[in-house]
Amino acid sequence: MQIGSADYQTLVKRFSKNSRTAKNTLNAFWTGGLICILGQALLDLFDSQKHLTHDEAVAAVTVVLVLLSALATGAGLYKPVAKFAGAGTLIPVTGFANAVVSAGLEFRSEGLVTGLGIKLFTIAGPVIVYGSAASFIYGVILWIIKTLA
Amino acid sequence: MQYLLAFLIGGAICAAGQLLIDKTNLTPARILTGYVVIGVVLTGAGLYGPFVSFAGAGATVPILGFGYSLARGVEQAVERSGLLGAFMGGFTATSAGIAAAIIFAVAAALIFRPTRK
Amino acid sequence: MKRKKRGTILFSSPPSIIANAAVVGKTEGEGPLAAHFDAICQDDRFCEKTWEKAEASLQKQTLSTAIKKAGLSADDIDMLFSGDLLNQCVASGYCARDMRIPFFGLYGACSTMAEALTLAAVMTGGGYAERAAAVTSSHFCTAERQFRFPLEYGGQRTPTSQRTVTGCGAAILSRTRKPPYILCCTPGRVVDLGIKDINNMGAAMAPAACDTLVSFFSDTGLSPSSFDLILTGDLGAAGADLLLETAERAGISLRSNYDDCGRMIFDSRAQDTHSGGSGCGCSGAVICSYVLNQMRIGKIASVLFVGTGALMSPTVLNQKESIPCIAHAVYISNSTAFKGG
Repeated sequence: MQIGSADYQTLVKRFSKNSRTAKNTLNAFWTGGLICILGQALLDLFDSQKHLTHDEAVAAVTVVLVLLSALATGAGLYKPVAKFAGAGTLIPVTGFANAVVSAGLEFRSEGLVTGLGIKLFTIAGPVIVYGSAASFIYGVILWIIKTLA
Repeated sequence: MQYLLAFLIGGAICAAGQLLIDKTNLTPARILTGYVVIGVVLTGAGLYGPFVSFAGAGATVPILGFGYSLARGVEQAVERSGLLGAFMGGFTATSAGIAAAIIFAVAAALIFRPTRK
Repeated sequence: MKRKKRGTILFSSPPSIIANAAVVGKTEGEGPLAAHFDAICQDDRFCEKTWEKAEASLQKQTLSTAIKKAGLSADDIDMLFSGDLLNQCVASGYCARDMRIPFFGLYGACSTMAEALTLAAVMTGGGYAERAAAVTSSHFCTAERQFRFPLEYGGQRTPTSQRTVTGCGAAILSRTRKPPYILCCTPGRVVDLGIKDINNMGAAMAPAACDTLVSFFSDTGLSPSSFDLILTGDLGAAGADLLLETAERAGISLRSNYDDCGRMIFDSRAQDTHSGGSGCGCSGAVICSYVLNQMRIGKIASVLFVGTGALMSPTVLNQKESIPCIAHAVYISNSTAFKGG
């Protein structure tokens, strides 16, 4: 007797081990927190530079974190850490950088233009696409409010 | 104190992401995208700005902060240039981060090779 | 040659497997079956510039080893049935280009070893080829970049996910009468019970394995106890448990003599490979090393090998389609006497 699709889905749920959420969440918490402490130290450093505005200091922190992430990714260190840290290394801006840099390394073998150039944002692309789409909509709303006022 | 806040808040934002990974079928790419859009929405609602002054890097380093920068950029640009600002602001404010990702990625790809794990 | 109601092919003059070889990568070489492989390559690039060429090179090395072990040269092989996981089966294509053997490229995902053995057995058993080779390979790095993420991308795997094996298995079939023989084959039908999770392919494939087992036992009149070993490849730990359960419900009790190639090739706890190995190099390497070698020394006399494959692509999964799966059964025995009808 062949089992039906609905019955089988129930069976699969029963047989599939779940992720160890408590442990994963704790690891994500403290690794993500540590990256933010590093970010805070950098922010304090750049804030103390007279020629930078606060917004520019925030951007400078991002640039440094992206650089560190790129170096770690290139040296093959990011992946083993991320395997342990999960969202702790995914959610900070370092995770965004890792998605871009790892794609660059991977698809370099298909050429600088046809591989690297085309595939660079193969994972991180949606972040930019929907982030800027959302900010555009927000901008239009702001403009309408401003025009009406 | 600011460091403790950055640790706790930043850590909590990451832990929430981990719960989304483990408890839902959302892929990491969807979670990142969702975080950025939520960052824009919260900033637009006037909530994220005060949160950033409170949590510092704990609020700007997670990818929510990318959404915050996008929205802040749009606010300033619309103020300055009207509707055109809605097109310009997001990229202007995040240009450093995006350019850094592109430049360092190309540089890394020229120097390093992927290794087997 | 006889054909049964549900598709099983019984060979009136069963072809024999005269030689076999398996070459694997470093991680596989650290697993429980390490002692049985012909070679373990510490460099997963196989001295090539790209991962795709590395896999082609792995296939070539394995096939050459098998041909040499049979005491033959490439010219003596009439047909090559080979496959891999890559788009357009390029690893097999490049291997066949260099070997210059008449070539059929196969795609059956992880079931390809069973598919290749079936077709090679039909050609040799039917007298259309004196000798034929069945080869399958997979490579962790080529599979990651085609199906999942860049190698350096930091992500976590779920407990039900499987690790693609870097490995290759090659078997040379011949009309010569020398054990072990392929007595019969049951070609599978595609089964899809609606699983969409790419990280739980064992669950997607288990019903296909069950369906083919039902066909095999009803066509041959044999029972699971007729075999020293019933082997699926590669459901992994999660899928193997599901097969035991669904087979039990279909009236087939597999408990005592059952194992799965994906479970055997890694020590999942020590090697952190989650549910086990996958990829057509997994069952290929396990069958063409441990299993056939144990048969040659008489430790195992009869094996029912059920190769299972998930026939999906990232494109259709992104289109929210479920995963169609297939399983082919191959009965390998040291004796030509067919027990059952």
